Amino acid sequence: MMASKLTNSNRAGWAFALPGFGLLTLFIVMPFFFAFFLSLTNQRLISPNPTEFVGLDNYRNLLSISVLTIEPELDDAGEIIRDADGMPEYPRVRTFTRNNPDFPEYAGMREWFRWHSGDTAKVVVATDVVFWKSLRNTLMFVLVVAPVQGGLALGLALLINQRLRGINMFRAIYFMPVVVSIVVVSLLWRFLYAEDGLLNSILHAVSFGLFEGRDWLGNEDTALGAIKAMSIWQAVGFHMVIWLSGLQTISPTLYEASSIEGASKWQTFRYVTWPGLRNTAVLVLIVITMQAFALFAQIDVMTNGGPLDSTTTVVFQAVERGYGKQDISGGSTISVILFLIVLTISLIQRYLTREK
Amino acid sequence: MAAISADNHGLRLATRYAVLTLIAIIFIFPLVFMVMSSFKPDLQLLRDTSSIRAFLPVGDISTDNYAAAFQRAPVGLFVFNSVFVTGVTVLLSLLLCSMAAFSFVFLNWTGRNVLLSIIIATLIVPFETIAIPLLLLVSKLPWIGLEGFTVGWLNSYRVQIIPWIADGLTIFLFVQFFKDLPRDLIEASRVEGASWWQIYTKVVMPLSGPVIATAAILKFLVMYNQYLWPLIVVQEETYRPVMVGLQYFFQLNTAWGEVMAYLTIITVPVLAFYLVLQRAFIASIASTGVKG
Repeated sequence: MMASKLTNSNRAGWAFALPGFGLLTLFIVMPFFFAFFLSLTNQRLISPNPTEFVGLDNYRNLLSISVLTIEPELDDAGEIIRDADGMPEYPRVRTFTRNNPDFPEYAGMREWFRWHSGDTAKVVVATDVVFWKSLRNTLMFVLVVAPVQGGLALGLALLINQRLRGINMFRAIYFMPVVVSIVVVSLLWRFLYAEDGLLNSILHAVSFGLFEGRDWLGNEDTALGAIKAMSIWQAVGFHMVIWLSGLQTISPTLYEASSIEGASKWQTFRYVTWPGLRNTAVLVLIVITMQAFALFAQIDVMTNGGPLDSTTTVVFQAVERGYGKQDISGGSTISVILFLIVLTISLIQRYLTREK
Repeated sequence: MAAISADNHGLRLATRYAVLTLIAIIFIFPLVFMVMSSFKPDLQLLRDTSSIRAFLPVGDISTDNYAAAFQRAPVGLFVFNSVFVTGVTVLLSLLLCSMAAFSFVFLNWTGRNVLLSIIIATLIVPFETIAIPLLLLVSKLPWIGLEGFTVGWLNSYRVQIIPWIADGLTIFLFVQFFKDLPRDLIEASRVEGASWWQIYTKVVMPLSGPVIATAAILKFLVMYNQYLWPLIVVQEETYRPVMVGLQYFFQLNTAWGEVMAYLTIITVPVLAFYLVLQRAFIASIASTGVKG
């Protein structure tokens, strides 16, 4: 920035910045470093034992994962024992992970999922399976919500960026769910997703009775998808407005030029609109990704992480352990891991979207 | 030829409105459901959810649920708490964050760039990840108030207000906006002998309407809709905000009509406020939103 003598003032500079910066340091920066410190201890909210420094144990407990190869059981003749369906039978995973001196590296681990290659089974085992599920769910959420929400928001922005009587009213309505608390929205959508709820009625009607109702949030296969859909619905209006602000910075003369050249609608979008939205796209992508990683309230209100941990998320685990189970160090460790993931992803996004 | 194209035009216009309306329905229907249900007895409410009746004020319509909701919980108190906490936080946030941004953009001082980098870095820390350490911190903080010197901020207004005053996003929004203000104006005032405080209050802030509106709106939404933080730091009813007040309605047998009435009470004022201001609302976000 320009350095004019007129604007040199250490005293005034600090005086103006300090109140805000001080609060930010006390309530955001310090807790963050505090979390990092706690993750290296065995701190609990209320504990008779003094807090001890445990190094990276918390991280090891959370992140330990490995693949266990299991050979099928053989009978006396050396043949593979098969069940009624012809599938080989395997020794139970716990024979490797519980008190087995031959496999100390698997001690205390539990099965997450498995696949088969030939007759051997590959079993993914982890010390903290629930954490790994929460990590997978969060990533799946981000991977779906970021592009879909961003894309739909752009579509809506293009749709309402036209001169039409009453367009302001539509714009206002599309933005409305953003204003409503996510807690309220989650409660309302529980009704829509219920077994005798509205969504099932609609699907039943449009499929002429072919569709059997289901409990969308009570089913392992659909619960996370239902939460994704609702989350997209809730925040898409916000990103629509950001896209809209980007659209309005594109000079009208560019559009005039492209219409004189006889460009099709798609060509206009591809060569005029989209290049003009570059910075907006970066902003939208980063904001959506960060919001998606922080997924918590929807889970807390709608499913509590269930059924069978199919909707548990990283933040939900951090809160559940740190606050619910009073395992402060465990919750803090998850927080630090989440921070590192978000940091890595935002650095990658910055790199990929840098000005060339 | 002209007639055909006129017809065509009319048809295309009708299609556009049909599409816009359909999308509008998608965005508004849960809210319509909420308001309509708040006037229905529980049994009917639940029965209606499986048909279009869910969105219509039909059947046994009354305001009984509202009366019952006020019976069950101190609704007025919760609304007051939320409005108070939100109002104070928004005002203080606008003041302190704009002052900090003012200093970062217009003043030259040692350490400026380092501090600004730290502030930008906080943007990628999701609040939920520091909630627990922050809880431990505020439970140990001292305070001097009417009742003298006390330790621990739990169960108070201040625990809901003070940690939320300064945030990276608000400072960032002001910084981006201030960068586009004419610097000559500031320097000219300086030459004329105005103090920094005068420049801030008399020159810069009066020009900052759009960014003040944007920052205020975003902060308002965050604060009014607070959930996790008050859930863990406020156990006493006296200081409870609206979202945490919801817990009163989820006891053994959830009375859904009362829940809907409560949701309507805490949502409709915000929606009305938003609808009145929506033009300024969206226009201000649009004008300050992206200047990365």
